[in-house]
Amino acid sequence: MAVYYQLDFEKPVVELERSIQNAEDALRARLAATGAPAESANESEDPEIFRLLTQIDTLRSRHREQLESLYSTLRPWDTVRVARHPLRPQTRDYVNMIARDFTEVHGDRRFGDDPAIVAGFCRIGPVKCLLIGHQKGKETSEKIACHFGCAHPEGYRKALRAMKLAEKFGLPIVTLVDTPGAYPGLGAEQRGQAEAIAVNLLEMSRLQTQIVSIVIGEGGSGGALGIAVADRVAMLQNSWYSVISPEGCAAILWKEANEQTNNAAARALKLTSADNIDLGIIDAVIKEPVGGAHRDPRGTAESLQNWVVNEVHALKKIPLDQLLQQRYDRFRRMGAYTEQGNAAMA
Amino acid sequence: MKASSSTNSPTASPAASKAPARTWNDVAPDKKKSVPEGLWLRCPGCAAMLYKENLAANLQVCPECQHHFRVGGTMRVNQIADTGTFQEMFADLESTDRLGFKDLKAYPDRVKAEQIKSGVADAIRAGQCFIKGRDAMLCVLDLDFMMGSMGSVVGETITRSIEHATKHDLPLIIVSGSGGARMQESGLSLMQMAKTSAALARFDDAGGLFVSVLTDPTTGGVTASFAMLGDIIIAEPNALIGFAGPRVIQQTIRQELPEGFQRSEFLKKAGFVDRVVPRGQLRNELARLIDYAGK
Ligand SMILES: [Zn+2]
Repeated sequence: MAVYYQLDFEKPVVELERSIQNAEDALRARLAATGAPAESANESEDPEIFRLLTQIDTLRSRHREQLESLYSTLRPWDTVRVARHPLRPQTRDYVNMIARDFTEVHGDRRFGDDPAIVAGFCRIGPVKCLLIGHQKGKETSEKIACHFGCAHPEGYRKALRAMKLAEKFGLPIVTLVDTPGAYPGLGAEQRGQAEAIAVNLLEMSRLQTQIVSIVIGEGGSGGALGIAVADRVAMLQNSWYSVISPEGCAAILWKEANEQTNNAAARALKLTSADNIDLGIIDAVIKEPVGGAHRDPRGTAESLQNWVVNEVHALKKIPLDQLLQQRYDRFRRMGAYTEQGNAAMA
Repeated sequence: MKASSSTNSPTASPAASKAPARTWNDVAPDKKKSVPEGLWLRCPGCAAMLYKENLAANLQVCPECQHHFRVGGTMRVNQIADTGTFQEMFADLESTDRLGFKDLKAYPDRVKAEQIKSGVADAIRAGQCFIKGRDAMLCVLDLDFMMGSMGSVVGETITRSIEHATKHDLPLIIVSGSGGARMQESGLSLMQMAKTSAALARFDDAGGLFVSVLTDPTTGGVTASFAMLGDIIIAEPNALIGFAGPRVIQQTIRQELPEGFQRSEFLKKAGFVDRVVPRGQLRNELARLIDYAGK
């Protein structure tokens, strides 16, 4: 069993993972010493092998239980850290796992090609579609090129250009959201970061094709929303979606970002998938395998694919004019306010 | 202007000629505005001592150096609308604490304190008015209230205003001045960006004229939604306009920002602002644009 990049709250689980590893090593050594083939361990009459097998079984079931209880009681701030786990699958991982015949398109035809936004045509299950997603990067060089998933205006403009092609070809659009936020920098401002996002919000609201979005990791503010104005929006269970990162919020409202204030801000921002369902901001939570998407990328990809296929299938049955009206209404009703003493909230 | 039946939202308040009843009766608004109290103040632009009455007569622009002081919502409305023509709408919307948000202060307490400080219910004024005799829908973000931040009330008011302008073929003027989306309403604030932009898409489809006026400062989620979606975008001189705040950018790139970065003139040069217009000429400019493009 692999030992993962360690999140501090996973410590008890990681210790168990080490014990399992040790027991497995001991078993392997014992099998080698007795000259028995590994496949025959279960039939072995050696008492030590029997003891080790029982021990591994017990440890594994304890591990599973612990992982389950740990992940069912994550604090919001822990969820944010799971969402940022370096082994958590990213857009290109999903492309490799569920997007067949991926045909990538590059560039915004204005300035350049932003690697922080991936766009291409593909088949997800039986669904022929356009896939768009933020890419954070895995290796250091890719992370730097992608600005850790913080897209530039040319990224948002590339996304829109591809989406207009999808509209023309009558293809549904699937977007994967995974960004700490749009990039705050000189070039980004000079090239109209705000305008690029704003135009995407406006154009996506009237795009004449089905759109589904999934927050797969981080849903950081306008940079996330810039590709997430959709007919259906889901979040992977351990992702977050909010107007600002916990650190950004803590730095402003608590005057300092540290472990304690980040924790408080994460809680206050109501950024988990359960919170976002409760606020009416998303339509569905896609369950992750026990212990988070980083422990089972394939299982996660499968759940994601199932949701996409089902939703696109259902959306295709709705006439376009109705679909667009429903998309308008979906965002129109969002908000919480009172009016002449009457609470209004969707 | 008709007193009622002028809105298209079933729950919207009519553009009544009398001020709507406030639901926060315990609040006694004082008259504190963006320009500090006292008879004299020092201009941050040129350090001249300015007599406040003269400054007000000059639309809160320094006569010496043309520094544009920030102005609150009420003053801004009075500077733009023909005297006595502003029919306020949607003024009975108030934010609720749907998230139970508490930082160093609970959100409802913060709202109440801001209401007392500013004398307004939230960070926006909206209504139908005349601008040099032209009928228009006017929205003004109010920097005096939580830095003009956009929560549900601001988003809903902007959206209703856009829908009203769409239904009644009115030119739409939105004057922005805002720190961005309001953190205390988190995801709900974020969704106001999509909501207002979607309403503008329909207004655009209907052929409406939207003039976005950017004032110091306009940043964050407001810039990244309706404020940057104007058919024509006007900025007051030297206003800070951007997506990210200068401090965040500085922390990210770890170098000094160039002189004039994210200011109106910089944005005009970069191609994101049509015109930089001094406050004193704004009414003329708006009237002319309405004549060219409005219905
Ligand atoms: Zn001056």
